Amino acid sequence: MSLLKPGHRGCAGCGDAFAGKFVLDALGEDVVIVSPTGCLEVFTTPYPESAWGVPWIHSLFENAAAVASGVEAAMNALGKKNNTKIVIIGGDGATFDIGLQAISGAFERGHDITYICVDNEAYMNTGIQRSGATPLYASTTTSPHGKVSIGNPQHKKNMPAIIAAHGSPYVATASIGYAPDMIKKVKKAAQVKGPTYVHVHAPCCTGWKFDSSKTIEIGRLAVETAMWPLYEMENGEITNVRKIKNRKPVEEYLKVQGRFKHLFTMDGKNEGIKKVQAIADWNAKHFGLE
Amino acid sequence: MRKNMVVVEGSYAVAHAVKVCRPNVISAYPITPQTHIVEDLAQFAADGEMNCEYMNVESEFSAISALIGASAAGARTYSSTTSQGLALMHEALFNASGMRLPIVMTVVNRALSAPINIWNDQQDSISQRDTGWIQLYAEDVQESADMTPQIYKLAEDEDVLLPAMSCMDGFILSHVYEPVILLEQSLTDEFLPAYDPEFTLDPKNPMSFGAFADPGTYTEFRYKQEKAMGVALEKIEEIANEFKDIYGRYYGGLIDGYVLDDAEIVIMAMGSIIGTVKDTIDELRIQGESVGLLKVRSFRPFPTEAIRKALKNAKVVITLDKNISIGKNEGALCTEVKACLHNTDNRVPVIGFMLGHGGRDIPINMIKKIINKAKLVEKGIFIESEFADLREDLA
Repeated sequence: MSLLKPGHRGCAGCGDAFAGKFVLDALGEDVVIVSPTGCLEVFTTPYPESAWGVPWIHSLFENAAAVASGVEAAMNALGKKNNTKIVIIGGDGATFDIGLQAISGAFERGHDITYICVDNEAYMNTGIQRSGATPLYASTTTSPHGKVSIGNPQHKKNMPAIIAAHGSPYVATASIGYAPDMIKKVKKAAQVKGPTYVHVHAPCCTGWKFDSSKTIEIGRLAVETAMWPLYEMENGEITNVRKIKNRKPVEEYLKVQGRFKHLFTMDGKNEGIKKVQAIADWNAKHFGLE
Repeated sequence: MRKNMVVVEGSYAVAHAVKVCRPNVISAYPITPQTHIVEDLAQFAADGEMNCEYMNVESEFSAISALIGASAAGARTYSSTTSQGLALMHEALFNASGMRLPIVMTVVNRALSAPINIWNDQQDSISQRDTGWIQLYAEDVQESADMTPQIYKLAEDEDVLLPAMSCMDGFILSHVYEPVILLEQSLTDEFLPAYDPEFTLDPKNPMSFGAFADPGTYTEFRYKQEKAMGVALEKIEEIANEFKDIYGRYYGGLIDGYVLDDAEIVIMAMGSIIGTVKDTIDELRIQGESVGLLKVRSFRPFPTEAIRKALKNAKVVITLDKNISIGKNEGALCTEVKACLHNTDNRVPVIGFMLGHGGRDIPINMIKKIINKAKLVEKGIFIESEFADLREDLA
């Protein structure tokens, strides 16, 4: 049985739950998991129950990287660290926005920790509000489309680049749509000494508004359209990318999600889709995906 | 005893006391007037005199957060902070106490902004009153140092398990050079056992810390924290006595009296102002005035019963507060002393004076003026609560 036990309160088709399961599949029992506040934290630990078959701590929304730093320091001080991996699994709000300062501090200090960002591109736990990870034009409850709005006006922040700029020895992107690739990267991140980072794209059927049977499929579409490039960086240099054969147009990714539906019905719709396509084109070129 | 004394800065005496308590993890972030403590600890670590992980973090918020992780992993932890830094920690303070992590911090008391001010008052720690942390207040440098192993022993007691603040007045105690006895390692090892918690983050015995509690389970977490504070009330006295047996020094447990038993006018206060009040009382006693002092050492847990007993013969009670609840026109000690007497037959008038905000000096003459004002109650003139040291040209 997985170390993330069944019976938790995740939605059917939850991308976060896949991510949590794959992380534990990759790492095994000798870990301490630190979770900031978020969906995964809430749905796995309704007191007195817990889905975690490994030691787990949740403190607050914005401090997981600092808490993990303290866990690592304590285990070193007490001579208990050995091969134990200290791994944060945090959502995009906790990573891109409210917890960024603590992450920066922890990566600068160089703790032997692995940070896994499970990115579902909005604050889903509080009901689909935009975060710094929300893509351009996605409609959320705080960036809705309307008569004078085309949805979220900002581009998604380049979080892996921010982490790489801290001198992290290993930064990778992954997707729950490609489980073996994700598991391999999580394993590698945990094995590399120092602060490492894996950014996992995790579609959310509730927040992105698609059928709960399509989570994996939509995760794959993000990769196949180059909306979510898969790559590895070692010591700041890109060392591996997952190539795309026959890149699909972004419409195929956008049209299956309610959060982008307005792009197909509003006036001047093609302009919006074109701008999204430009993001994918930039990704394809920048990362050499083709 | 005198031959063991050395003249050191207050911050050094406290840092040294922390060192002999053998913490495993220290997190540090600079803020005046606390910085000297973490500087001294950094030097101890750099000189190989401490076997601990010393972490320079990027904010006070991460300082406390790192200790939450470290404490949950089984470490004895320490940080010190003040003022803005403590305010920044506010959210995490609740979290540490809710998770029952016996983190120890020295709070070097300082005023809060705006206007920005680096000098002493006690608004910072008083404003964290309801976070579930034990709060003890020291009178002088020796007590600040001696409070350190006492508060570790208290916080880590298996029937307490609450985080704790040892409060010392900024500059007045942190930067003063006084003759003190530095705590002996051998005595401290005898007094303070190693921290060996039952529940830790351990892959061999996985547990979940910081779960989500719904309305069906949340209340009992608070109830158990309150119960633990009740246990702490008893342990504070016990531990102060144990400390006395081993080190030969005693400052009171929850409270302490100074010419209190026969005093008609009782002054209540916390922290370094106690010394000034004692000097004032010495002068007034020579003149035949019936004035005494009730020092409050433990503000959380609040020693309701002990204070009721200590005030049973008082004719007038004066509270001195270096803080204010703006909109109530009272300091916290005043409000709490009134509340603690309300359901008793003792209807002694309690008169609140707020003073010393932002480091304004508190001379003996000001205490005398306060006492004279309080005496007006005998003539039927009652002051509820007021600032004692307003400058008329600015007010």
